Amino acid sequence: MKEFDYRRAHDVTGAVALLAADPDARFLGGGTNLVDLMKSGVERPALLVDVTELPLDRVESTADGGLRIGATVTNSDLAAHPEVRRRYPALTQAVLAGASGQLRNMATVGGNLLQRTRCGYFSDVSGPCNKRVPGSGCPAVTGEHHNHAVLGASDHCVAVHPSDMGVALTAFDAQVAYESLDGPGEMPLTDLYLPVGDTPHRETALPPGALITHITLPAAPVTANSRYRKVRERASYAFAIGSVAAALDIEDGRLRAARLALGAVASRPWRARAAEAVLTGAPATGATFAAAADAELAVARPLPDNGYKVTLMRNLMVSVLTELAEGDAR
Amino acid sequence: MTTTTPGPQARHTAVGTARTRVEGRDKVTGAARYAGEIPLADLAHGWLVLSTATRARIVTIDTAPVLSMPGVLTVLHHANAPRLHTDYVGMLGTPPDPAAVVFQNDQVPFAGWPVALVVAETPEQAREAAEALVVTYDEEPHATALIADDPAAYAAAGHMPAETEKGDLEAQLAASAVVLDEEYTTPEEQHSMMEPHAATAMWDGGRLEVVDSNQGAGWVQSELAQLFSLDASSVRVRSEHIGGGFGSKGLRAHQVSAVMAATALQRPVRVVLTRRQTFSLAGYRSPTTQRVRLGADPDGRLRALEHRSLNQTSTVYEFVEPSAGVARVMYDADAHRTANHVVRLDVPSPTWMRAPGEAPGSFAIESALDELAERAGLDPVELRLRNEPEVGPVSGLPFSTHNLAACLREGARRFGWADRDPRPGIRRDGRWLLGTGTAAASFGAGAMPSTALVTAEADGSYTVRIAAADIGTGARTALTLIAADALETTPERVRVRIGDSDFGPAMIAGGSMGTRSWAWAITAAAAELRERLAGAPDIPPEGITVRSDTTAALGALAQKERHAFGAQFAEVAVDTATGEVRVRRMLGIFAAGRIVNPLTARNQLVGGMTWGISMALHEEAVRDRNTGRHYAPDLAGYHVATHADVPDIEADWVEDHDPDDPVGIKGVGEIGIVGAAAAVANAVWHATGVRHRNLPIRPDRTLAVSAPQPRNGAADA
Repeated sequence: MKEFDYRRAHDVTGAVALLAADPDARFLGGGTNLVDLMKSGVERPALLVDVTELPLDRVESTADGGLRIGATVTNSDLAAHPEVRRRYPALTQAVLAGASGQLRNMATVGGNLLQRTRCGYFSDVSGPCNKRVPGSGCPAVTGEHHNHAVLGASDHCVAVHPSDMGVALTAFDAQVAYESLDGPGEMPLTDLYLPVGDTPHRETALPPGALITHITLPAAPVTANSRYRKVRERASYAFAIGSVAAALDIEDGRLRAARLALGAVASRPWRARAAEAVLTGAPATGATFAAAADAELAVARPLPDNGYKVTLMRNLMVSVLTELAEGDAR
Repeated sequence: MTTTTPGPQARHTAVGTARTRVEGRDKVTGAARYAGEIPLADLAHGWLVLSTATRARIVTIDTAPVLSMPGVLTVLHHANAPRLHTDYVGMLGTPPDPAAVVFQNDQVPFAGWPVALVVAETPEQAREAAEALVVTYDEEPHATALIADDPAAYAAAGHMPAETEKGDLEAQLAASAVVLDEEYTTPEEQHSMMEPHAATAMWDGGRLEVVDSNQGAGWVQSELAQLFSLDASSVRVRSEHIGGGFGSKGLRAHQVSAVMAATALQRPVRVVLTRRQTFSLAGYRSPTTQRVRLGADPDGRLRALEHRSLNQTSTVYEFVEPSAGVARVMYDADAHRTANHVVRLDVPSPTWMRAPGEAPGSFAIESALDELAERAGLDPVELRLRNEPEVGPVSGLPFSTHNLAACLREGARRFGWADRDPRPGIRRDGRWLLGTGTAAASFGAGAMPSTALVTAEADGSYTVRIAAADIGTGARTALTLIAADALETTPERVRVRIGDSDFGPAMIAGGSMGTRSWAWAITAAAAELRERLAGAPDIPPEGITVRSDTTAALGALAQKERHAFGAQFAEVAVDTATGEVRVRRMLGIFAAGRIVNPLTARNQLVGGMTWGISMALHEEAVRDRNTGRHYAPDLAGYHVATHADVPDIEADWVEDHDPDDPVGIKGVGEIGIVGAAAAVANAVWHATGVRHRNLPIRPDRTLAVSAPQPRNGAADA
């Protein structure tokens, strides 16, 4: 293991300055992913800048009725927050579907969004991986890929983003606020992750050295009737093979608003806008839900061993939307 | 009454009572030290470098840059390591696995093969240097996929005959009213013990001392003495606390490389395996492909039974996963044929893993019986009861005890089997389809020669010394109870010391034979000690010590079929829209001899059943089809069952006393996993109407055989 320095930052600008001073520095949140990557040799930082003491550990209501979530809020605290549970129940469900109690006590919101893929080729430094070593190749395409991407991938990389939390945040139009040497900035979460294309090693649109400071959720009545369901290969403590965050606002049997995002199918949490377009204004029926799922999955490009994911995601979308519609009707 | 086989157990009081582990407080407070964490002055740390090539010859190992790195003391590899003596057969009847006998030549027979050991002042320095070591290979084409009809496969014996045959199979199949011919597969499975392998080697006054985590201190001691051409008396191996073994903790690369380094440096050296390294260095359960052919009369009586199994082994070591052996015990037929075959591939050497043979074999044969019951229109429990053998189906020997029927009947009663509608795919709870399944189980009940030392101390207490191993089973506690009864005293007055090769030869913790073998030796020594004490009222300060050796007593045992039996019952829920399978409840009833400590015995049985759930639904070590290397070899990539996967699980037992054993023990280590995966798979069929003959029953496989289910507002829970 490579030796590294450790510094604890006490204010945001100081944290950004510390990182900028060393090209091999990394921010350290809960460390639940970064430390693993250091042990496997994927990450070899010279300096860790610990950001967990920064004053970014609050969840606050915004003036327009939304929520502003600090980047160092732990997953456990986020999931347990009364306003999250009341206004964005799918977010609580998504966070609690991830990892284990111990990991959720450590992991932070900012770190969750920037965690790396769990593709086994990415974490094996003795073999090729375009995300880890640009141009070295992607063994997953012809190798093991039963849990790899069916949407938005390329021949260069078929890895999936592992976050559960990010799927719910994506469905809820989250905004990401950050601080960089050039000052503060903000972008929609759906813009945070770059398309895979032929540059899978370039993962986010954040300026170099930027620190995520907050996530903002706008107010939207539809989010209160929301649900997250995760399918995995055991009942607990496993990454998703497919997940759905959905919210429906139904009036007189018609879908006034719909939010839908998918997990474990792409290099980023996948906002299902094609499905939303079918849902919005349509009758809240099984036929609508099936048509919406089919519309989203029309662009799916499965590999030889992950075609089941298309079936899984179609069934899962229909099942979750049906549950939401029935819950709303009651 | 003889001194070696005291008969009536009328005086026993401790055996059969539930006792928490005698070392439990030490373990939960951290006072119990494991092999990798025992403090030692002047300790150096070794880190193994494993091959990234799958079949190759080592061309160069560039040690110079690594030797100049901070703290690095030496790099051992095939060009500078001592040549070892490997031409011997060990105490378990097997030669040493070349994967453990490190650095003897430049050949790389599989990915993850040990090619060097980097030793440094700290583990971090050793690891950094090991990862920096550049090794170049001359690579050759490799084959790592197990294929059912591989022409290179051959019949192999292992610990039992490779093939058995009686009767005319084809004729009996032709005469059968109901026939079945199916193939079943199980994947590569890993032991996944909590504590990875660790050993510290040191020389002390001309004697080699190894502090290790293993399943038999005397076993590893004798192997190391052979390999390094040392007198057995000049090697001592200690292994006090072990965080799980399951068959993987014998002679491995970590001990051998640690001894080499401690010898070269003349200072203590510790080698600890990482979780990833255990995937290629610690053995594993080979994948199997099995073919079962059954033929039966309309009433279910078997006329024909054929069970063939194929497993892989490495090119340097032959290991047989004897899956077809289970049929030689469980079911008779007019024509009966079994065969275990192996094929050599460019893969790591497999080894024993909890219920070797029986675990995968029972998945095939017990699934096949369930399919036969379906085709014959018979209840699966009744089908098994109708095929109870009178004597060993292949051996013709009598059974010592055969209480499978009692297990099936008691299990069926408690599980509520009588109310079961046999039709598949008709029970629903919200989005879940429900089903139940059953399977039978057996595992051999043996004993191996062991020695024990029992001392009557001057203060009236007793000390037992035996080279037993407590790999998490509760053996230390069980032996305390056994010794207390044999000495006619209370457990509080007995101190049991284990895990030290200096205590003399003894059976390992393995084959479900440990407790029975050790208890026999302790009981024999205690009986003789009681006689000695009766004639010697004054105990000298050093105490009075008696040594026993059960070799002769075991040799005099009548030849019989000796086995534990069991019946497994499972209820599952399957969501065919998502492919999720959940076990809702599970019950196992076992006939496993006399139960020494109900608390830890239940723990063993439930642990085995839990592993059976895990085997049915989760476990599969994946190998990249192009490189032949493991994909994601860690506990995030290799799934074992979590607590949430095991909601309601119960194990219990029926009366079952082996009259030939002084304590009546059969062993509970492995029987719990046998049949468990088949019970789950059979329940999945009952829930959905779909047979799963390939483990694990993962969501992608469940979905592959289920059509998409649009759920048009159907009532949901």
